[in-house]
Order: sequence, then structure tokens, then C-alpha cells
Amino acid sequence: MLYREAGQFKTSYVADQAIFPILQDRIFVALILAVAFVGIPVLAISAGAEAYWLGTIMVPLLAYALAAIGLNILTGYAGQVSLGTGGFMAVGAFAAYKLATAFPWLNVVLVFLLAGLVTAAVGIMFGFPSLRIKGFYLTVATLASQFFLIWLFNKVPWFTNYAPSGVINAPPRAVFSDIFVTGSEARPLAKYYFVLVIVTVLALAAKNLVRGRVGRAWMAIRDMDIAAEIIGIRPLQTKLLAFAVSSFYCGIAGALWAHVYTSSVEALAFDIDTSFTVLFMIIIGGLGSILGSFLGAAFITLLPLFLENVPPKLGLAISVNLVTNIQQIIFGALIVFFLIAEPRGLARLWQIGKEKLRLWPFPH
Amino acid sequence: MATLYALFVDPFAQMWDNPEFLLEVVIGGLLSGVLYSLVALGYVLIYKASGVFNFAQGTMVLFAALTFSGCIDLHVPIWLSFIIVIAVMVVLAFGIERVVLRPLVNQEQIILFMATIGITYFLRGLGQIVWGGNVRTLDIGLPKAPMIIGGVLVNAFDLVSAAAAGSLVAILAVFFQKTAVGRALRAVADDHQAAQAVGIPLKTIWVIVWTTAGIVALVAGILWGTNLGVQFSIELVALKALPVLILGGFTSVPGAIVGGLIVGAGEKVAEVFWGPALGGAIEDWFAYMLALAFLLVRPQGLFGERIIERV
Amino acid sequence: MTSAKRIGEVLLHAEGISLSFGGVRALTDISLEIREHEILAIIGPNGAGKTSMLNVINGFYHPQQGAITYKGATRRRMRPHQAAEQGIARTFQNVALFRGMTTLDNIMTGRLLRMRRNFLWQALYYGPALKEELEHREYAERIIDFLEIQAIRRTPVGQLPYGLQKRVELGRALAMQPELLLLDEPMAGMNVEEKEDMCRFILDVNDEFGTTIALIEHDMGVVMDISDRVAVLDYGRKIADGAPDAVRANQTVIDAYLGVAREA
Repeated sequence: MLYREAGQFKTSYVADQAIFPILQDRIFVALILAVAFVGIPVLAISAGAEAYWLGTIMVPLLAYALAAIGLNILTGYAGQVSLGTGGFMAVGAFAAYKLATAFPWLNVVLVFLLAGLVTAAVGIMFGFPSLRIKGFYLTVATLASQFFLIWLFNKVPWFTNYAPSGVINAPPRAVFSDIFVTGSEARPLAKYYFVLVIVTVLALAAKNLVRGRVGRAWMAIRDMDIAAEIIGIRPLQTKLLAFAVSSFYCGIAGALWAHVYTSSVEALAFDIDTSFTVLFMIIIGGLGSILGSFLGAAFITLLPLFLENVPPKLGLAISVNLVTNIQQIIFGALIVFFLIAEPRGLARLWQIGKEKLRLWPFPH
Repeated sequence: MATLYALFVDPFAQMWDNPEFLLEVVIGGLLSGVLYSLVALGYVLIYKASGVFNFAQGTMVLFAALTFSGCIDLHVPIWLSFIIVIAVMVVLAFGIERVVLRPLVNQEQIILFMATIGITYFLRGLGQIVWGGNVRTLDIGLPKAPMIIGGVLVNAFDLVSAAAAGSLVAILAVFFQKTAVGRALRAVADDHQAAQAVGIPLKTIWVIVWTTAGIVALVAGILWGTNLGVQFSIELVALKALPVLILGGFTSVPGAIVGGLIVGAGEKVAEVFWGPALGGAIEDWFAYMLALAFLLVRPQGLFGERIIERV
Repeated sequence: MTSAKRIGEVLLHAEGISLSFGGVRALTDISLEIREHEILAIIGPNGAGKTSMLNVINGFYHPQQGAITYKGATRRRMRPHQAAEQGIARTFQNVALFRGMTTLDNIMTGRLLRMRRNFLWQALYYGPALKEELEHREYAERIIDFLEIQAIRRTPVGQLPYGLQKRVELGRALAMQPELLLLDEPMAGMNVEEKEDMCRFILDVNDEFGTTIALIEHDMGVVMDISDRVAVLDYGRKIADGAPDAVRANQTVIDAYLGVAREA
């Protein structure tokens, strides 16, 4: 009875094409935003744990979600399976560092956006082979970009501004003259809102892209690139656009991760494991779904926490090592499970849930 | 200017000055390439026979090596350890077929590929829980002494690896081309549904294939483990088998060998002669860049089949 | 009902086309004309090269010899998306729809050629991108009405029965507003009713929009009914070309393909 679209007839194409055509969906999204912008911070502050909840859980979760959106655009929508996500995140992080240190007067938002653009350019470069190379071959080619980029950032001292120890810290930057979002003076609350706003805006832009002309062209390439070409889609431009947009998102995600979350910029944080982690997020969350990117990121970020915190409460003491290993086993099993049961991931399960809700309390 | 010299002139000058050294580097690289080939062979087997790109091959190598060295450490005699590990790999093959492959039959390749990534994580976690995360040494008496053959320094171990790989390849080649089972395997690789339609028992075929790949993984694991110690960096090595596959084609056994040799030799030469100019550790990415360059010229690899798309 | 009333000048002229794959000759020295506004049927036994001929016309295969003159411009090699830009659309024997997308989305992909708003506007959504999207949505809806597929608008095409998929594919081709429409066995696997519907659609498209149509078809009843001209291919060569009745009576064609009705 709750979730009905009866009576909500669309009288225009605009209404029919809205992101959330059903009123209940709009209410739900408004709720989510309220929770994100108000609820979580309030809870965290009142529990006195804002550094923990906001700083070490939500900020990385949001950064990962952004990277997941980026990879989903390339892999879920455009069908180019990429294992180079870590490398692109590294490009964003280091680009942001060079920009921030070379132009100290540059507003931090611009720093991140420009870092994203730099990453997009790099993405386009590594995307050129995708016209000739398809399928698994392309995946292996993306590994080339991953390993090469990480090596580059490790070996070439220019990227770390010739730091003697090789470890560089993210320079402190403020958004409005005194609200610091990077560096040691930044408060977790400021960091959280900064990242939240950026991620929300970019997620909205991504959603708009994928439901319009561009998204359709990407999906056409994914589903049958020969037929797509025969419709008139130019494969090279479409694929390069996918690489560019995807890298843009991954670059900003990497920059946020390094500068806002860990406060240090190192290539090691973005190695091949990161690429796999983000790939899992979109497999579990749902390929070809913006919502899925968030769900997958949340799932994979929160699972280790769950494993660390819940068993002690149930009286089981599990060593840290065991936790990591059990995590791996669970990940592996879950991936296989999702691919068998619901290849379209948590997002699809969510949709099915909504469909059931429409019929509730009737069974079918 | 100095960099240009270091990149384009110096390496060749060094090679010219000291050809025996170059030969040693190349031979050393070739022989390490043999080890890459063995891992690649496992991939090729599974891909050729079931159309699945088994990303978990590298982890299978590690898992086999772990189990083997674990048995040895428990003082089980070598021959028995061998049999035990093969048995374990058979069980693993059955398990994978039942739990992963059967439910996903007829799905697209990309889905199967991702499922094998899931298997990778699963095996990795399991291996660590059962055998612990420490590096283990593996010593079953394979000779490791350096020898001089024809004025060139070679390691006895490398020769043993080459011999082992060579015999495996020969056996497999005969198996695929000459036996009825081999023909069935090739049919399954081509088209699952059609193979089922002519009565080929898919399940049995898959178990056979994955077991064979498991045995190849075991041999590779023993050799790698003796060389490097049994540790998780073996997986990174396994990733390097992917460029090997690109060079050699995904479906070609000789291709896996040739590809491995090229990658092994190329890597070593690049590292020794160009590495110092570029800061070292070129080996991290050289194989992949080589594969990428290759793909641009010949997308199907040296020996792979040209895919003609029909509409 | 077909008539010479509106058949115009030569729209596409294929001259001396020869195509081989490795050692296999698919087409040998084929010359073919398609005139504006006409419906040309290409018939022949399986393996005669009919689909290959269509593939050459829309740039998917590149012939080793010969050239194609389309709208006055001669070329031998053309990429498929260029053919699309020039107004050539086609359907395929094995329905080449985008299975992950709905009927509406598939038809909307046919409008992609005409969507010009760059992706920055798309990211914003409101504004010029939305306006363009709505314009094209309207056109797509007209096609959906025309083909009577409103009910399956939001169904993922992978779930549709074969006959409906073929209809959606026709819709996608029509969405491109083509001047030349190439149909590869559009009625394969359909029952009598569905075939009649398809014939009706094809004739309507030819009538209302003046679209030139070349179709490969095995059902001789359909061929005789709706086509203005028939070309017959056999073993990669053209063995006849002319009005339907003339072709039906042609002895070479009868020997190669049609056969003779036996006394019961």
C-alpha cells in the first residue's frame, strides 16, 4: 500500500524520463540526502566519534564510491573491463599535489577539478588502444597502464618535488579562507562535507550522462559494438569519451583519497590491489548502475569493520590476520555468488525489492 | 642529452663490448621465461578447453606450491606429497566445476572471468588460513649449482626447469591432437552448447581440464617455489603470464612457450641494459608494455586465431 | 500498387564488386543498381552471397574489386558509421539489437546520429540537452506508434520473442531516417500474420517516406507481392535482374533456385 505508482500518470516525456519518476522514490532520495547531510554528522558528533565515523569511515567510503562510479562508467556502461583504476587514481593524487604546491593560491576545489582533467588526458592516452584491442586483451593492456604509472610515480622524483624521504604530505588547503579540508588542521566535519558535496554533484552529473545520449552510445558499444558502428556511433570517440570521463572521476577520487583522507600522497596506496577492490565494488554493487557504485563501495568498506567489531561482541576473538583472510574468502565467495545469483548486483536486488514493495502486501 | 645517450646508444654499446655477458643475460632470461610459460600453459589449457579465462591460475600455482611445501614440512615423502597435492587439485577441480562453472554455463566470457577472480580471492584466503602467511622454502633436491657450458654461465636449476616444461608441453600436445578426449576438449572450447548437443559430457571434460591445469600449476609451483620461496609474490608473477598469453595467443600451447621465452628474455635484457638509465625496476611494467605494443600491431597474438566477426 | 510513378534516378550503383575471404569467393563481379524510391528484392539460395552484398553496401566488408557510387559519390572503402551518416540503415539476419537496453532505448539509439548536444550539456541535463532529448523522444514515439509496439516500450529487448525483436530492429533502422534501408531477411521465423504486418510496414515506409528499400527474402510470395524489381544471386554471381514476373519465368533462375511445381 505504501509504494504505489497508481495515480501518478506521466503527462509529458519530461516527467516520464525523470530520474525518480515515482513520488515515493523522490521522498526516499530526499531522506537519504537528509541522512547524509544532517543525520550522520549529528550522530557522529553526539557520540563524540566524529573523527572515527566521519574521518575514517565516511570519507574513504565516499572516495571509493566516486572511483567506483568512474570504473562503472568505463566497465559497466561502456563495457571496457579495466584493471587500471589504481593507476588513474594515483595520477589524480599526484596531479593534485603538483598543482597545489606549484600554485599555492589556487582554490582547492579547482585543484581537484584540474587534477581530474589531467587524469582525463592520461586516460585518453591509454584509451587509444581500445579501438583495436577488445575484451580480455584490453584488460591486460590496462594492466600496462597500472604498472607503468605506479612505477613512474615511484621512480621519478619530480612527482614528489624531490622529497628526500620519498614520502610527501598533502599540503593544507582551505575552502573558505579558514575552513581547512586538507592537512593537519582540517576538522573531520569539514572534510566530510567537502567530500560529500563533491561526490553528490559528480554523481548527479554521472547519472545525467548515462541516461542520455552519451550513456546510450556507451551501452550500445558495450552490447554490440559492430551494430553500434552501423547505427552511426563512432567507436573511437565514444570509447575515448568513456576513458576520459571515467579517468576524470577516478582521478578526483584518488586526489580526495590522498589529500583529504590519508593526508599523504604515495603511489603504493594505489597499486593493483586497489584496482581489484574497485572492480569488486562494481561487480557486487551492480554493473551499469550509479546506485550500485555506492552500494558496492559501502559494502566493501563496511565489511571489514563488521568483521572486526561484531565477532568480539558475540564472544569470538578473531585475530587481525584471520580477519583479513576471512575477508578474502568472503569476498571471493560473494563475487561468485553474485555472479551466479544476481549478476547485476546489489542494485538489482534493490530494484527487485522495490518491485516486491509495489505489490505488497500481495505476493504477486 | 645524457639521457638520450643512455637510452639509445649506451645499452647497445655495452652489448657490443661484452657479447658473452649479453648471452648470459639472454639465457638467464630465457630460462626464467620458461617459468612464465608454465603458468601461461595453465591458462591456455583452461581457455582452450572450456573457453574460460581462468584468472585464478596464478593462485592455483601458489596454492599447489603451498600445499606441497606444507606436506614436505610435515615430513611426507616427496612422491606421496606429489600424489596428495594432485588429489587436492582434483578435488578443487570438482569443487570449482560444481559450484562455479555449472551454474554459470552459457554466460558471457566476462562473467566467467570475474568468477575466476572470485575464486582467486577465495583460494588466497583459504591458503593463508590453512598454511599461514610466512614465506616457506621449498627444497626437494633440485640442483641449483651454477655451471659453465661453452663459456657461458648457466644455472643447473634453469636447465631442469626447461626440461620439465619441455616434457609437459610435448605430453600435452600429443594429448590434445591425438586423443579422443583431446578432440572433445577442443569441441567444448569452441561451443559449449554444440558440444553438449553431440553428447559430450561437459562436466567430465571440465573436471579433466581443471585437473590438468592443476597438475601444470603444481609443476610450476614447485619450480617457482624452489626459485623464489613459496610466498604471495608468486601471484604477481602469475599476472605476468598475461602478457605472455597476449604474445602467444590465448589458445596456443606453442604460443605460450614462445611468448614466455620472449617475455622472460626481453624483461631481463631491458632491466640489465636499460634499467640503470631509468632508475631500475623496469621489470615491473616492461612485459605489459611489450604486450600492449604487440597488440596494437597484431591483436590476436603470434599464434592466436584471427577472429572474424560475422554479422 | 507498386508503380513506376515514383521510382526515380539511380541512388546506388555497385559496379564489378568482387569479394573474397581468404580462398573463398563470396561475390564475383556483381553489378547492381538501386533506384530511388523502389523496393528491390535480392533472392537466391543460401550461401549465394546476399548478406555479403548488403555488407559491402553498408561498408562492413570491403570488396577487393569494384566500387560503389552512392548519391553521386564513388568509393570502394567506407566505414559503417560513414554509411550511416550518409543515410544507409540496415537490419540483420541475426537481430543485432542491444540486448541490455529496452525497446525505447534501442530505438533512441537510432536517433544518436542526429543528437548534437555535447556531453557537458548532457551532464547538466536541464537545458539544451533535455530539449534535444525530448524532440527525439517524440520521433521515436511516432515510430513506436507506427510499428504498434507501445506495450513493450520498456521491456529489455533480450526478453522479447524473435518476431517482436525483428520489429524493434526495424524501428531502430527507421529512427535513423534513412534514404536507403537494407533489410536482411526481415520476415525470417515469422508466422503468416506477422509477415503480413511486416509487409504492411515495409510498404508504408516506402509509400509515406519514400525510403528506398533493398531486402533479402526467401518467401517468394512476399517477394512477388511487394517488390518493384528482383535481383537473383547464385554462388556469388548475379544471374537475373528485372521485374518480378520476368524473373519468375527466367529459366536460369528456375534451375538455380525456384524449382518447378510438380504435378501431384
